[in-house]
Amino acid sequence: MLFTSYRFLAFLLVLFVLYYVIPKKTQWMLLLVASYVFYAFAGWEYFIFMGITTLSTYGAGLLIDRNHSRQKAYLAEHKAELSKEEKKAYKEKQKNKRFAIMVVCLVLNFGILAVLKYTNFMIANINGVLEMTGSDKVLAFQDLILPLGISFYTFQSMGYLIDIHRGKYGAQKNVLKFALFVSFFPQLIQGPISRYDDLEKGLFGQHAFDWHTVSFGLQRILWGYFKKLVIADRMLIGVNAIIGDTESFTGFYVFLGMLFYALQLYADFTGGIDITIGIAQVLGIKMQENFNRPYFSKGIKEYWRRWHISLGAWFTDYLFYPISVCKPMLKVSKWSRKLLGEQVGKRVPVYAASIAVWFVTGIWHGAAWNFIVWGLGNCFFIMLSQECEPLYEKFHNRFAVKEKMWFKAFQIGRTFLLMSSLRMLDCYRDVPMTFRMFGSMFTDWNIGEVLSTGIWNLGLGLHDYIVLLIGIVILLTVSLVGRRGSVRDKIASKPMWVSMAVFGGMFIAVILFGAYGMGYDASQFIYNQF
Amino acid sequence: MDRLLEILSDLHPEIDFEECTTLIDDGILDSFDIVSLISEINEEYDVVISAEYIVPENFNSAEALYALIEKLEEE
Repeated sequence: MLFTSYRFLAFLLVLFVLYYVIPKKTQWMLLLVASYVFYAFAGWEYFIFMGITTLSTYGAGLLIDRNHSRQKAYLAEHKAELSKEEKKAYKEKQKNKRFAIMVVCLVLNFGILAVLKYTNFMIANINGVLEMTGSDKVLAFQDLILPLGISFYTFQSMGYLIDIHRGKYGAQKNVLKFALFVSFFPQLIQGPISRYDDLEKGLFGQHAFDWHTVSFGLQRILWGYFKKLVIADRMLIGVNAIIGDTESFTGFYVFLGMLFYALQLYADFTGGIDITIGIAQVLGIKMQENFNRPYFSKGIKEYWRRWHISLGAWFTDYLFYPISVCKPMLKVSKWSRKLLGEQVGKRVPVYAASIAVWFVTGIWHGAAWNFIVWGLGNCFFIMLSQECEPLYEKFHNRFAVKEKMWFKAFQIGRTFLLMSSLRMLDCYRDVPMTFRMFGSMFTDWNIGEVLSTGIWNLGLGLHDYIVLLIGIVILLTVSLVGRRGSVRDKIASKPMWVSMAVFGGMFIAVILFGAYGMGYDASQFIYNQF
Repeated sequence: MDRLLEILSDLHPEIDFEECTTLIDDGILDSFDIVSLISEINEEYDVVISAEYIVPENFNSAEALYALIEKLEEE
């Protein structure tokens, strides 16, 4: 059931009405039923995999939590009779038990994800190697299903498990409540990847109907549909045209395609997240924001703190830190300081963990070399900017431009172009083709042709360009106004007719200018595929 | 505590670490800084600050960080 289908809107309407008429203590049960109904539309067979993740994580969480409690009780009971060493040995033993339970569950769940998502990628690579060595053996591709949202719900569940292991909070005792945490439908297909302690209160609390919250939620949903249907899906036509014909569309077309894709991805992904957070808000549930005006970032590190925030935070907390500060890495750090000197040696843990994290981030986005190169490309530029910091500092000490508006605009433009260039790897069929098309931007000087006649060959008419232009101006205005607080609060503080005009206008725009019908494909959000 | 303040000052000489209590909340220390810091602390105090302790409450101020080091030393 797609977010952009009429069936989904009908499903939401029924849910919203039922949610506020049933007894409040049963609201979470309705959400579980609704989430499973939503998931059933994707395919019954997917339940097997979600079931395994739900039950294994629930069970492992309980076992670890009980072990924590038992340890606490035992130490309290035997406080007087145990020596410091005995206490330490007991704690170590229990810690190892908890660690073993966690590892089994992590291996099982990430193993499922890896097999379903990466088996055919591995086969393709093995076949490539076999071909290079002159072998006539070819491994057959496997017909594997990829359950909807598996990357998102697996990461969310494993985050919960690691938090329980770390003793951050206690395990959820009710298996049905835990099932809701794993399957909560608005976030199932494209995130955000929520933390249990952020979502617990909202998911299982009792919510009375509050017009302010509900209306703000509906406004956010509408804004999400505006971004998705009016901007992203219209832009998709131009993007598909440019990347679909790599013979004709080179040079400035590639640059245009890069800008189109940057805008399409932003409108698509943030629009989807607006719908998700808006639905949750209508239900009285507060969800974590996943974006913070990323295209206004002045550097690549800042960009990654503002784009897909929940995924970045997940990788930082559960992969980057565990790798970079684990005991073996600290030993490597000591060794490398001695061998390579203080300055180089101290970078080893950070950079080793960064490379691992960005490799995984790349492959998380898709089982293809394009994504791996994209991930490692990001890593390279982050490291480069880290290494250039002393240079930047010298520059800023010499020239007082840091606070100048034009310099900030330059930094924003530079970061936007860098991120958009890297993102071209999403678009083209393989890495060499991407580099070839990137190179053509500097060799095929066809800007005059593109701007005079070429832009009319991309499947977009004058009305499309006008709608897109107005859409971009609105996006930009909302982003700029949003820097000083909630835009919806600002609109709500105005007379009633202002709200009605803004949201009525937006509703009409979605109906009239949404990309529907022949030639348009409102079928998928880009992040559904991840 | 003095040695910890020195380590912190090496990372960001412009910050008054004796006073600042929002090192994480205000984004003064980023993930790269934190890893460098943990590595230095391991060298200096011979304690391992594992990932589970990397939460804002432990890293927002030099005082909180020093309290964590003392706690881990006792364990």
